[in-house]
Amino acid sequence: MTDTLTAHSMGTPLVRQDAMAKVTGMAPYAYDHRQDDPAYLHPVQATIARGRVVQIDTTAADELDGVLLTLTRHNAPRLAESEDTEMHILQHDEVAFRGQLIGAVVARTPEIAREAAALVRVTYEEEATDARLSADREDLYRPEQVNGGFETDTDTGGVDAALASSAVQVDQTYTTPMEHNNPMEPHTTVALWQDEHLTLWDSIQGVHAAHTALAPLLRLEPEQLRVITPFVGGGFGSKGKPHSHEVLAAMAAMRLPGRAVKLALTRQQMFTLVGYRTPTINHVRLGADRDGRLQAISHEVVEQTARLYEFAEQTAVPSRTVYAAPHRRTSHRLATLDVPVPFWMRAPGECPGMHALEVAMDELAIACDLDPVELRVRNDTATDPETGLPFTHRDLVGCLREGADRFGWADRDPRPRQRREGDWLVGTGVAASTYPAMSMPGNTARIRYGLGRYTVEIGAVDIGTGTWTALAQIAADALECPVGHIDLRIGDSDLPQATVEGGSSGIASWGGAVVAAARAFRAEHGRLPAEWAQTEAELPESDVTQRFAPHSFGAQFAQVRVNARTGEVRVPRMLGVFSVGRIVNPRTAHSQLTGGMVMGLSMALHEHSVMDERWGHVVNHDLAGYHIASHADVCDVDAIWLDEVDEHLNPMGTRGIGEIGIVGAAAAIANATFHATGVRVRGLPLTPEHFLDH
Amino acid sequence: MRPFDYRRAGDVDEAIALMGTSPTARYLGGGTNLVDHMRLGLETPDLLVDVSRLPLADIEDLPDGGLRIGAAVRNSDLAADRRVRERYPALSRALLAGASGQLRNLATTGGNLLQRTRCPYFQDVTTPCNKREPGSGCSAIEGHSRNHAILGASDACVAVHPSDMAVGLLALDAVVRVHGPGGERTITIDDLHRLPGEHPERDTVLEPGELITAVDLPPTPFARRSTYRKVRERASFAFALVSVAAAVDLHEGRIADVRIACGGIAHKPWRARRAEEMLVSEVPDEALFERAARAELDEARALRDNGFKIPLLRHTMVATLRDLTLETS
Ligand SMILES: Cc1cc2nc3c(=O)[nH]c(=O)nc-3n(C[C@H](O)[C@H](O)[C@H](O)COP(=O)(O)OP(=O)(O)OC[C@H]3O[C@@H](n4cnc5c(N)ncnc54)[C@H](O)[C@@H]3O)c2cc1C
Ligand code: SF4
Repeated sequence: MTDTLTAHSMGTPLVRQDAMAKVTGMAPYAYDHRQDDPAYLHPVQATIARGRVVQIDTTAADELDGVLLTLTRHNAPRLAESEDTEMHILQHDEVAFRGQLIGAVVARTPEIAREAAALVRVTYEEEATDARLSADREDLYRPEQVNGGFETDTDTGGVDAALASSAVQVDQTYTTPMEHNNPMEPHTTVALWQDEHLTLWDSIQGVHAAHTALAPLLRLEPEQLRVITPFVGGGFGSKGKPHSHEVLAAMAAMRLPGRAVKLALTRQQMFTLVGYRTPTINHVRLGADRDGRLQAISHEVVEQTARLYEFAEQTAVPSRTVYAAPHRRTSHRLATLDVPVPFWMRAPGECPGMHALEVAMDELAIACDLDPVELRVRNDTATDPETGLPFTHRDLVGCLREGADRFGWADRDPRPRQRREGDWLVGTGVAASTYPAMSMPGNTARIRYGLGRYTVEIGAVDIGTGTWTALAQIAADALECPVGHIDLRIGDSDLPQATVEGGSSGIASWGGAVVAAARAFRAEHGRLPAEWAQTEAELPESDVTQRFAPHSFGAQFAQVRVNARTGEVRVPRMLGVFSVGRIVNPRTAHSQLTGGMVMGLSMALHEHSVMDERWGHVVNHDLAGYHIASHADVCDVDAIWLDEVDEHLNPMGTRGIGEIGIVGAAAAIANATFHATGVRVRGLPLTPEHFLDH
Repeated sequence: MRPFDYRRAGDVDEAIALMGTSPTARYLGGGTNLVDHMRLGLETPDLLVDVSRLPLADIEDLPDGGLRIGAAVRNSDLAADRRVRERYPALSRALLAGASGQLRNLATTGGNLLQRTRCPYFQDVTTPCNKREPGSGCSAIEGHSRNHAILGASDACVAVHPSDMAVGLLALDAVVRVHGPGGERTITIDDLHRLPGEHPERDTVLEPGELITAVDLPPTPFARRSTYRKVRERASFAFALVSVAAAVDLHEGRIADVRIACGGIAHKPWRARRAEEMLVSEVPDEALFERAARAELDEARALRDNGFKIPLLRHTMVATLRDLTLETS
């Protein structure tokens, strides 16, 4: 048990502290920081997917009026060796994906830079492109571990025998396509090299994550680099680490001392340079008795990684934890392709993996002639099947029951294709969600008192989620003062060390450090501190994961309409019910959870980066071609949560809410389309062609 | 982006004269298509002749009961015009089904007709494309072809025309008025856009320097019973997978006259004449619509990814005709 805070400000729907600044355009995003006489960078990207750059001729670009610098591997600063080979740009002549950075032009205006970049002549020695992902490739390999440090494979009990002897079986393959994060604000960096010191105004999910990765790579002492990020217009994981464009901007700035170099990636460039969700192929086998009690779960995943750098999404990991089944097997196999480097996209692992598992569960419910809510209730477990540890708090059943009640599930006729309104077939579906609760070591906060106010400092970041607001509320409750007395300072690597906004761990990690600092402050300075009293404290190490399995759960319900003539799918209604620990701010939390659900809807119906295997590039690399749900797609979407406080994890009682909203949403919609039409579609997105009568 | 000159033309003659001063000059309407293409490096004009402020921004009644739509009329204004909504609902609906509010506020009638295909390879200068660079090859035929043509394509190009408005206009038998160095001429909307054949680089029959000044709608009383149905996976802000514009003249329980135009399936808005012929003087009925749609699609050919468009267009045509005839008759 941790010493749980008493909530005063926490739990109240405090208006976003940065709302006014944002709606009036006064909140400075990275690119908005005013600079004297800035220069603009446009990248030069490889137009082959595999081979070698033989020659780069920058003559025409150099001669263009207004060009200040062309950068290639011939004149770029030498970087230090790094394990992250994605970052090692302009150091060698090898091309490992189409769109890889091979140069840059810096000019007086962005237009000149862009034109000059088009004038750079590159000759290549090209090799055959291999960008085809399939489960029957002979060169699939087993990575050493998968993202998050999880084991690649697990095998418990005797899965094959248990499957063979199960009365009811599901054996199907489910796929999710390549998807791109596409935050509204593109990846932007402004770099200024002055007096042997580099400042980066960067759109990033962690100022210290950027600092730690970039300073050594650029051969800088830690004090020679500062990363500033007061506001971020979304990241969804793609800004969870610096990518190669930050290195490019920094290198250019170091060649132009005293002049700020600005880089905003174009939408097209974001399809190659900042990560994406790998396509996944999930072979799922479920074995159950006639009552639907699972005997075996097997979830085997094939996905891709890049030749340049390995990223292995942990897609089968949720199948280790969600349901009680004595026999379980999970595995991950990768194909190494000539493609851009995949990376985190909202709920890596859980998001695609739970689509597969939860559509399979729907198929199992039908095979057992059982209500899909009831099937999930029957397979609930009090302990984590994988570790045997108890959950800090698990109420999947509560989410399912509450959701069923509110959604009006009770009168549901399970038979598919029974409800029609004009040309529209109507159906409903359900799916479970889950996401681990994490808090990261390495967080420190500082508290200073003066003039009746408390300044709370930590290098946290607000990527649009509400950190500015929620962290202030936590600080107020920890210091037992009104939230109006808190001056929060975040988004700067000169502030105390903080971890990345990722893995839904932000509030738990930073908030834990803020509470530690507040308690230390009070212990040191009492309730009436002297002017300028100051205390710094670190989030204490916790052994909670040795005693508990910390996970959040949820239940997603969706109603769909599928046009019987055209196959168009619309989603009039979605409800998510979540068990996520304490909600610090219901206003921002609702926005986060429904935002995740909308992203899940978008994934279900639209999102698909179309890879042209001949050239290894995404064909539909803009927002006219890569469809994200529009307003007209989003109707009645609501999220609620169970009233709870998790007493085991952190003093706030939270478990993290950034990602769980997307998990299971696509499966609920897919299951609803089956209920509406009787057509089972096992791949995403659910486009009209799947439901057409040919 | 290459540097370019910008000139605002005061009248039609000046616009045409300015255009004659450079072989790479382009007319500029709302710029929502052309400026994107300049950013992407597809178009590198040295001169833009802005025609969006020419005195061509009115919608006038014609003596015969038709309407004249100026080339500079914005898509939003055209869609909202009371005469259009009452007399030509298919046009208003087609416009409102296109793009977004912001884009429609900028887009002009002339520019909308001449917007270019959204074929992704056409828009990416790093991939071969016969339309952009004649002779370089067509990347779509063996590539990503979900949005491509099922009718009237050639071995050189399988692109589709993206405009919704043009499909509406085609069902309304619009006539395009054009001024050029050689004087004035009219072209039926059906003749304006071409099939690709051996020359996919030519979208239309317009000659260099020709300026669209207006689009005339003939008085078609039965166009009051017209509509536009656009099918797309996203509920708004997406180009058509397929679309159907139709107008029906019902007389004593029979189809006296009918116009059907289809979008998203060919290099030009597609007039379904075969289907129309089969419907005239018949009693409306779903089975009849089905036969007519099948006849129209008889020569449809699928590429790797777009076979679904054949049944999709058939179903959409049937549903649209049904909605226009059976339920409202
Ligand atoms: C994201 C996005 C989504 C869209 N979705 C849709 C959609 O769903 N449906 C749809 O129909 N459209 C859609 N559009 C396209 C939009 O309708 C066109 O961009 C717009 O109609 C073009 O009009 P404009 O006046 O801006 O043309 P411009 O960009 O100014 O010009 C286009 C072309 O026409 C030429 N031109 C312009 N005026 C004249 C004239 N009077 N005479 C001769 N030549 C002329 C120009 O030289 C240029 O070649 C979309 C566009 C975008 C960017
Ligand atoms: S379909 Fe036409 S526009 Fe598209 S790549 Fe082929 S030639 Fe170019």
